[in-house]
Amino acid sequence: MNTIVQIDGKEYRLKLERAAGGWVCVLDGREMIVDAVVVRRDVLSLRITGRVYEVKREASVTGTHLWVGHTPYAAEWRDPRSLRGRKRNAADDESPKKLIAPMPGKVIRILLQEKAQVEAGQSVLVMEAMKMQNEIKSPRKGTIQKIPVIEGANVNAGDVLAIVE
Amino acid sequence: MFKKILIANRGEIAVRVIRACREMGITSVAVFSEADRASLHVLKADEAYSIGPAAATESYLNFSRILEVATRSGADAIHPGYGFLSENAKFARACSDAGIKFIGPTAGAMDAMGSKTRARQAMEKAGIPFVPGSSRGLDSAEQAVQVADEIGYPVMLKAAAGGGGKGMRLVHRREDLAAALDAARSEAQRAFGDAEVYIEKAIVNPRHIEMQILADEQGHTVYLGERECSIQRRHQKVLEESPSVVVDADMRRRMGEVAVRVAEAAGYTNAGTIEFLVDQQRNFYFLEMNTRLQVEHPVTELITGLDLVHLQIRIAAGESLPFKQEDIAIRGHAIECRIYAEDPEQNFFPSPGKITLLAVPSGPGIREDSGMYEGWTVPIDYDPLLAKLISYGADRQQAIARMRRSLHEYFVGGIKSNLSLFRRILDDKDFQEGKLDTGYLDRLLTSDAGEVQKPEAEVAAIAIGVFAMLDSEGADNGELAHPVSGWKRMARAEALRGVE
Repeated sequence: MNTIVQIDGKEYRLKLERAAGGWVCVLDGREMIVDAVVVRRDVLSLRITGRVYEVKREASVTGTHLWVGHTPYAAEWRDPRSLRGRKRNAADDESPKKLIAPMPGKVIRILLQEKAQVEAGQSVLVMEAMKMQNEIKSPRKGTIQKIPVIEGANVNAGDVLAIVE
Repeated sequence: MFKKILIANRGEIAVRVIRACREMGITSVAVFSEADRASLHVLKADEAYSIGPAAATESYLNFSRILEVATRSGADAIHPGYGFLSENAKFARACSDAGIKFIGPTAGAMDAMGSKTRARQAMEKAGIPFVPGSSRGLDSAEQAVQVADEIGYPVMLKAAAGGGGKGMRLVHRREDLAAALDAARSEAQRAFGDAEVYIEKAIVNPRHIEMQILADEQGHTVYLGERECSIQRRHQKVLEESPSVVVDADMRRRMGEVAVRVAEAAGYTNAGTIEFLVDQQRNFYFLEMNTRLQVEHPVTELITGLDLVHLQIRIAAGESLPFKQEDIAIRGHAIECRIYAEDPEQNFFPSPGKITLLAVPSGPGIREDSGMYEGWTVPIDYDPLLAKLISYGADRQQAIARMRRSLHEYFVGGIKSNLSLFRRILDDKDFQEGKLDTGYLDRLLTSDAGEVQKPEAEVAAIAIGVFAMLDSEGADNGELAHPVSGWKRMARAEALRGVE
């Protein structure tokens, strides 16, 4: 494997080559010996030049996280051979972004209309679950392309609440 | 002794009571709403019956349904847990009318202590020190101003019928009092159906310290040590410990004796807790009494070596307390963290959903009272308490070290939990030095968290690549992940082809 990975928005060049019992890893030009035991699905005991780490992979509607111990890192890996080319962080990403309901609940207020301009981090709508309110924010600057829900709608985790382009 | 106990509750406390029943050879009956068929308390019980739709008002608060199940199942006693019907005098009376023993105090004792104003009046009569203020609901803004002038500002307006921060207002100045009273009254009406509001002197940076008492039905009442419960968010406890660093043996004895007098004045039986506010001069004032077993009872169990749920059942069955006050000894230190399905990064917004991975701590001095399991979906409909993590040590330092170690072992995947909050508290210098009061958590949460240390990004980078490679190789659990020869891989694929 020879690829770019993104951890918390920062890119790393990663090369992994099978070697006896594990891999030779080259990370941003530095070489190290790595081995791994699969503890259970999505849980690895990773050993990197003698130091041991327990790493868990967690996929959710908001993306993939890797937990090293009890610290989470947002993780993506990109195949540099892909046609889309290299991307930086989500705020500058040119592709349309979906705002997803992070949990089941109800849309209680829609703050912006379709075609409105929005900044990265600006609240687009408000959801309610278990008597508490949560603002759903746009991950990028752009225009609201579509809001497929109405005020009062009950939604499930993963439902699309808005699309920003 | 009872043959069969129905547990009128859910979650971790229902599991707790079921465990006590199992230990005592008593058949346990669980009740479940439509949202809870797969919940842990149902899986662990001997018998289980459905009591209606998910909404609590239609299920866990529906006492005719619960009594109907109790009668049908032949239960001879009901344990109400905490919350739900545990402090509902009407329910206690209905149980007694149905010939089923309610494991807790009598309806009369609940009535005496359930209304905060009535409790204050009773305390006044019994000569118990309480926070200065009014012992009756306020009739008018003028009366409020009069009392406030007497006791001095700041003052706290509080609802007589309930707690949890509802119907409460802190008032610093006379000119704000009338408006605050109106707001408190309407909030209390909405939350409890009772607009009665009274007034107390607001103590500056108090500690919330409560005393556990236990009383049998033969007139013996004892105190079992205090719990420090000052770490609260929006008036809800989050972390508790026992003993309190500011309570020495003499203060414990004085608080304990007052607590016993309160319980006796109310004609109290079974387990209960007297809450006190303690000011910076270590004066303590009666705040209220909780006429039920509390969430944080494990810390008391660990430092006294007693099983409170067993004792509750035995008292309800008519047994006398098997010990006297002088037999009770406090030893060591215990700390409890309440693990909630909440996201600390999103203002503790509830996080229902499926628990995809659960790693639970164990080892020396660790106790975990849980209502969850891996693969379970946390329902939206109820309080999101998942589990209580409790550490016990020979002293506070050891209890802290064990709690910190176990918080590193604990992992709840698939939903958000407040575990990171406890790591932050346990790492905090003020907590470690025992510098606590009811403003502590607000101060911690609004203070700068400091730069979040994330030194292992490179490990994550390597890990994601390793995961991807292992995914494509189809590695099995427990195997040292090494390259599988082409022949072996083909043989494995052939073997699996016959498997559904």
